[in-house]
Amino acid sequence: MSNVDVVITGIGATTPLGGTVSATWEALLAGANGIRANDADWVERYDLPARLSAPLAVDPSDVLPRVQARRLDRCEQIALIAAREAWADAGFELPSDEHTSVDPERLGVSIGTGIGGPVTLLDQDDILETQGLRKVSPLTVPMLMPNGPAAHVGIELRARAGVHSPASACASGAEGLASAYQMIQNGRADVVVAGGAEACIHPITVAGFAQSRTLSTRNDEPDRASRPFDTDRDGFVLGEGAGVLVLERADHAAARGARVYGRLAGYGMTSDAHHITGNHPDGIGQIKAIEHAVAMAGLTPADIGHVNAHATSTVVGDVGEAAAIRKALGEHVVLTAPKSSLGHLVGGAGAVESIFTVLSIYYGIIPATRNLEQLDPRVALDVVSGQPRKVELQAAINDSFGFGGHNVALAFTA
Amino acid sequence: MADKPSDEKILEGLAEIVEEVAGVSPDDVTPEKSFVDDLDIDSLSMVEIAVQAEDKFGVKIPDDELANLKTVGDAVKYVSAHV
Repeated sequence: MSNVDVVITGIGATTPLGGTVSATWEALLAGANGIRANDADWVERYDLPARLSAPLAVDPSDVLPRVQARRLDRCEQIALIAAREAWADAGFELPSDEHTSVDPERLGVSIGTGIGGPVTLLDQDDILETQGLRKVSPLTVPMLMPNGPAAHVGIELRARAGVHSPASACASGAEGLASAYQMIQNGRADVVVAGGAEACIHPITVAGFAQSRTLSTRNDEPDRASRPFDTDRDGFVLGEGAGVLVLERADHAAARGARVYGRLAGYGMTSDAHHITGNHPDGIGQIKAIEHAVAMAGLTPADIGHVNAHATSTVVGDVGEAAAIRKALGEHVVLTAPKSSLGHLVGGAGAVESIFTVLSIYYGIIPATRNLEQLDPRVALDVVSGQPRKVELQAAINDSFGFGGHNVALAFTA
Repeated sequence: MADKPSDEKILEGLAEIVEEVAGVSPDDVTPEKSFVDDLDIDSLSMVEIAVQAEDKFGVKIPDDELANLKTVGDAVKYVSAHV
């Protein structure tokens, strides 16, 4: 059991459903769909089999000042936008030479991403090829590096306790939160700005995921394409987005009278050591990750009322996760699968979905899973569909799993 | 090749580039200003500014020359002498 209470005092996000947490959350509860037909010219040019994506609802280059936007990869832009929202939501002001809301030596950042800035890398490679060295941007490396999102947030907020950027594919955002929790537990920081970001909708990522046969090809029905736990699911839809949470020592938050959304009470992080993309058939790593999170939080499976599932809408993944949840927690937990609305935000997913988990506890409501017309019988769990469900929750789990066999479970409490 | 541009024209062209790359108002781009100390332009942006200035004015600005261009006036003088 942990010895330092870690609370959540600020949240920020930009997603396919909205440019802020409140816009996203309201759209999610209303059952909105963030998935669109991908009408980029390259879809036709390369004859890509998967023609759907979940683009950001608000273009980050319309939010940031022009010069700042041109110095940042899109992944860095959205991390910064989400971090600013979370920071202000926590009641902090941006630092100046005269004033810092948090002692910089006690402030950390932990923002993960699956791949960082591949779009910058490929764009600049094209420029090198067609226009030569002179036209390659001197910002190429800082824009493409996967620690760029965390680094820019750290510079803006003056975080000197350490800036980290976990990379564990689709679990990166969740690992960002788990690492932040460790920083506070270890005494390295009082406040950590944590989460994940991804913006990699590009012909090569779509082609690569398509070749690994993980994307939905329900091209004519964007509204029905992402359908976690449904018998007719056929793969995920690539999205983009960022989520950032302000994690804070409870006594630090109490001393300044901060509003508290809830606690990050524990985490589990395991690895499958099995296959580079496929999950372990027995789900050992997923089960242990959930069990560790519950134990670290000082809880028992009976205390967990809800799981915000990773459920990407792939045939194998969703059933494996459901089995792991049943084994680790039992059959009483109520699930939801937000990727049915958002698509898969890759490195942003674990953070954005953790925000949903926190808000479900805070407001006592679980958003519905879209497109759940016929529950796969092998899921054998209660998945909220149709309308959101009002339910009082004391504790909930967010699951995130990534290519490479990364399993991260986060336990949140009221 | 067009006529050699006046110093005013070079200053105007540089100001456009500096605005595009670094967001500095053209009114602030005056000969006595230091790129780094007064206009807050970092070394990465200076590389971009130099490349754009080379294209705009048809000059070459090697790295060792770029290092000597401390003020906007230095840059105007350099371009004027090499155009």
